[in-house]
Amino acid sequence: MSAQHIPSAAIDPKAQPAIEMIDVHKWFGEFHVLRDINLNVKRGERIVICGPSGSGKSTMIRCINRLEEHQKGRIIVDGVELLDDLKRIDEVRRDVGMVFQHFNLFPHLTILENCTLAPIWVKKMPRKEAEEVAMHYLTRVKIPEQANKYPGQLSGGQQQRVAIARSLCMSPKIMLFDEPTSALDPEMVKEVLDTMVGLADEGMTMLCVTHEMGFARQVADRVIFMDYGQIVEMNTPEEFFKNPQHERTRLFLSQILH
Amino acid sequence: MSTAVDFPHFVRANQVEALPPPNLARGPIAWIRENLFSGVWNTLLTLVVFYLLYISVPPLLKFLVIDAVWTGTDRAACRADTGGSEAGACWAFIWDKLNYFIYGSYTISERWRVNIFFALLAIGVVWLLWLKAPRRDLGAVYFFWVFPVVSYILLTGGNESFSGRFWIGFLIFGALVISLFAFLAALLKTSIRPALILGGGIVAVIGITLALVDLDFGLAHVPTSLWGGVLVTLLVATVGIVVSLPFGIVLALGRRSKLPIVRMASVIFIEFVRGVPLITVLIMANTMLPLFLPGDMTVDRLLRPLIGTALFASAYMAEVVRGGLQAMPKGQYEGAMSLGLNYPQMMSLIILPQALRIVIPGIVNTFIGLFKDTSLVAIVGIFDLVKTIEASRIDPAWAAPTIGITGYAFAALFYFVFCFSMSRYSLGVERRLAAGQKR
Repeated sequence: MSAQHIPSAAIDPKAQPAIEMIDVHKWFGEFHVLRDINLNVKRGERIVICGPSGSGKSTMIRCINRLEEHQKGRIIVDGVELLDDLKRIDEVRRDVGMVFQHFNLFPHLTILENCTLAPIWVKKMPRKEAEEVAMHYLTRVKIPEQANKYPGQLSGGQQQRVAIARSLCMSPKIMLFDEPTSALDPEMVKEVLDTMVGLADEGMTMLCVTHEMGFARQVADRVIFMDYGQIVEMNTPEEFFKNPQHERTRLFLSQILH
Repeated sequence: MSTAVDFPHFVRANQVEALPPPNLARGPIAWIRENLFSGVWNTLLTLVVFYLLYISVPPLLKFLVIDAVWTGTDRAACRADTGGSEAGACWAFIWDKLNYFIYGSYTISERWRVNIFFALLAIGVVWLLWLKAPRRDLGAVYFFWVFPVVSYILLTGGNESFSGRFWIGFLIFGALVISLFAFLAALLKTSIRPALILGGGIVAVIGITLALVDLDFGLAHVPTSLWGGVLVTLLVATVGIVVSLPFGIVLALGRRSKLPIVRMASVIFIEFVRGVPLITVLIMANTMLPLFLPGDMTVDRLLRPLIGTALFASAYMAEVVRGGLQAMPKGQYEGAMSLGLNYPQMMSLIILPQALRIVIPGIVNTFIGLFKDTSLVAIVGIFDLVKTIEASRIDPAWAAPTIGITGYAFAALFYFVFCFSMSRYSLGVERRLAAGQKR
């Protein structure tokens, strides 16, 4: 494999932030889900977002690739502001990979086809090259031998690793993870986390909604705690776990760390 | 083998090998007892069913096969008073009228053209439906372009002799289509070039089609008023099926669109057409369509019910497809969008292939309904198979008590063979697709 498929964020020296969220608000009907979100993510930064369910953490990262629309404020991803312009949104989505809780693999396509679909149709890559890229990333997530099976024939952990490989095939600059291990059997959590740690070690810009606090301690540059649609506390993992400042954070940590 | 049930402490020392399942196959008597006579209620049901079969199947067989009259040249063979047999079906009548049932009044010396049409149709259907056939993409081009154009020329004779004014009109139309595509591309802020190529391609295909239809191949003109029988039935069914699926998909997508005008237009069309009986649609197509068109323009009287049935089937198809679209989990849309696929790519590559597979039974159900509904075109004076049978039934040369029943039995057999094949084929496709991707 040539070096060109390695995510470029690691070697990109530009000082411009990868993601800028300025005073972002969002409502679901009358319900105010995101309130006053201000966040700056540097290139190569790894951020873990935690919080009770319904706190808006998934909604926040889904705003970054416009799966949800924000109604107030500005979101700028890799220098491109998210507005109503469909073409620019597709441009942003091309550079932002996303891994979902329920994998969202395409069940009617093989693993290899799942991985080559977007490079072929979105990036107009020749099929042969796309297959090479796909096999490269499938090898990296350690399941090249499953390439010709269908998603339904794989275990949950394998499916999630395919989902990660599928995103990586687009050479994204930013990866979003929306509770990637929450739907997995306990025995399969580690294989997915290992893949994510590997990705973090290579300098990928990552935003990860997860309750795997071990993962947060190991790789995160910053941990964000959200509640009621707001960012309640943000700190380095050492400080966050050792010395939480906000009352709500302390309560949350006491609930999940035994 | 020892078990651990009674011991508080157990550590498995050896792996239990996987064994084949015990042999469950039993003799036929055991099977009958288990499946037909497993209780009082079941036994009763079995006996009732056997009795119903006993009183219905033997007389039917007796009438249709054993007592049937197979040869004869006129009514004498099927009338008791002239020495014939009235006890069974008069297949001699069908045999005598078979050409009329197949071609209607199509000019006798030109019927080879209809035979070629049947052969071309069979080739197209096999090419598209046989999943392992070579070059199915070419098959699609053949079926959706070459075959209709060739069939049109073959069946009508072609040689439309368009006027110079017509061609000027076509040029203006072509320019309009291309600029419309360019405008849409600008509106959606996608690149102009592929839109221009697409628009130009569509105009070119239409132009070549018109030029071919315009050419004189030396075939005699056969007006559609002479067409009839199986020819018309298959023609209406094929056009209905081929138009209703893509048009139904477009309507279903339109109904789920976020754009209010597109959605409203789709909803109004679907609900209006579904809320009206097919006979009404046909009569409206027959009598009202000419009213909407400029005075010097006429629509062929076979084309009117063709459009009517195609639109009618489309409305039903749209609702079937919508059912499939609604069954798709939201995650599939999100997965596709997160990869940067645009709407047409997401729909054609991810959503529709899965949604349509879910609704194969519903789609085939609509096709079967449409196939049988083609018999209703008789109401506007088109001689489809049933109408040709009706017309022959009252032929004095074949006046005999069993003629009517025999004619309808023939029609039933014809419709059943086609509908049952569609049903079997769709089951095969479902099984095949299910085997490919176990969920």
